[in-house]
Amino acid sequence: MSILDREHTVAGTGYSRWLVPPAALAIHLCIGQVYGFSVFNIPLTKILGVSKAAADDWKLTSMAVIFGVAIVFLGLAAAVFGTWLERVGPRKAMFAAACCFCGGFFVAALGVKLHVFSLVVLGYGVLGGIGLGIGYISPVKTLITWFPDRPGMATGMAIMGFGGGAMIGSPLAVNLMKFFGSPTTTGVAQTMVAMGVIYFVVMMFGVFTVRVPQPGWKPAGWEPKPAGTQKLVTSANVSAADAIKTRQFWLLWMVLFLNVSAGIGVLQTASPIIQQTLGVSVAAAAGFVGLLSLFNMGGRFFWSTFSDKLGRKTTYNVYFILGGVLYALVPTSATMHSVPLFVLLVCVIISMYGGGFSTVPAYLKDLFGTMHVGAIHGRLLTAWSAAGVVGPLLINFMRDYQVAHGVALAQSYNFTMYILVGFLVVGLLCNLAVSPVHERYHHRAQVERPAPSTRLATN
Amino acid sequence: MENTTARTSPLSLAIAWLIVGVPLLWGVMETFKKSLALFH
Repeated sequence: MSILDREHTVAGTGYSRWLVPPAALAIHLCIGQVYGFSVFNIPLTKILGVSKAAADDWKLTSMAVIFGVAIVFLGLAAAVFGTWLERVGPRKAMFAAACCFCGGFFVAALGVKLHVFSLVVLGYGVLGGIGLGIGYISPVKTLITWFPDRPGMATGMAIMGFGGGAMIGSPLAVNLMKFFGSPTTTGVAQTMVAMGVIYFVVMMFGVFTVRVPQPGWKPAGWEPKPAGTQKLVTSANVSAADAIKTRQFWLLWMVLFLNVSAGIGVLQTASPIIQQTLGVSVAAAAGFVGLLSLFNMGGRFFWSTFSDKLGRKTTYNVYFILGGVLYALVPTSATMHSVPLFVLLVCVIISMYGGGFSTVPAYLKDLFGTMHVGAIHGRLLTAWSAAGVVGPLLINFMRDYQVAHGVALAQSYNFTMYILVGFLVVGLLCNLAVSPVHERYHHRAQVERPAPSTRLATN
Repeated sequence: MENTTARTSPLSLAIAWLIVGVPLLWGVMETFKKSLALFH
């Protein structure tokens, strides 16, 4: 399908780069639905019984498997298909992501209809997860290339969409289930089919809107800063194969892993604390979770944009130092029974959790150049998958261990927060150890040589 | 490569941003309304 090839996506001279963020957002807003998958959890446990769970209905505890498999395949697909994405360009990758993600909905709907759980996992978890991984990294390099003057802001906009996807996906699914639901069906299968169709249409908007700049394109009036003026920012390129051989890649892997693990820890712990320690109602706690989603999304844009001014390393230092202080204050706010302070602390923490995701592509660009930044980002996202699996296990284990040794449940949440501070301290040390990549890893052929004739005024 | 030199019109830009901005705003509003329960 030649229309999807990279050669057919090179922008004409009048193309505005401001069309690329909405194209990227169209992909990320759709695939971000994964964070709202939990709205299907209860309905999926009543497929046979409809009004209440029947004996042969799926158990609620099984539902976490679907989400978990999707997140694991997100990381794996991003790592495996990153190099392919570099070769074929963003349009074909976005198209593949749409086919996998939306196809996953259709297969999962079939699984619901036939009541075969493995088919739901295969559809939404495996196929959908592959779509998530390809879709997540597909616009990153394109955005960085179009916005070399503001790479943090550009990737922040797209990755903000991933954070906001659940805000659209959750109410959309609830309304569709109400529409399709009846006394004889929960409407889950029909909802999944409808969402697959809707998301496919929106993602096609992204597919056919995205363009890559001509080689050597630069924003009008912008010149790269001379080499050496910013210690960590390189003008060289490192291939994806070489990047994973560097110490810097693995330090950043740890930085992302620890930031995400700590964030997951807060997300798991904040709701029980606010209900059990601060006595907030279930409805208000649900509102609190909604507020966290807003800060998670806003933080992705705010912190990433901020990193363009502050520098990537300093921004992560802020996440770990300010974050560490705030995490340590959470138990104090709970002891003080101060709901406003508790809410404020956790909201800022979650904004930095989101910021960790959105700042990392620009950090990679600074260290490894733009040549293979999409593929390198894909490989780094295995840290997210690892944190998604290991993080909750580790945090639950620590809490269960404390409770088993006589610590009160409410107190165990406090200890958990202090342990998460430890995660952040290790993350800070890893970030402080990040230094420029050694010249021996620099790619010899400068494939992205500037072509002055293609400097255009399409800001 | 596209063989056009036509500039992207402001209308195209506005439509592109509306296509993603309207659903996002709707989602944010829905979430914000839900979060108000915390302050009641």
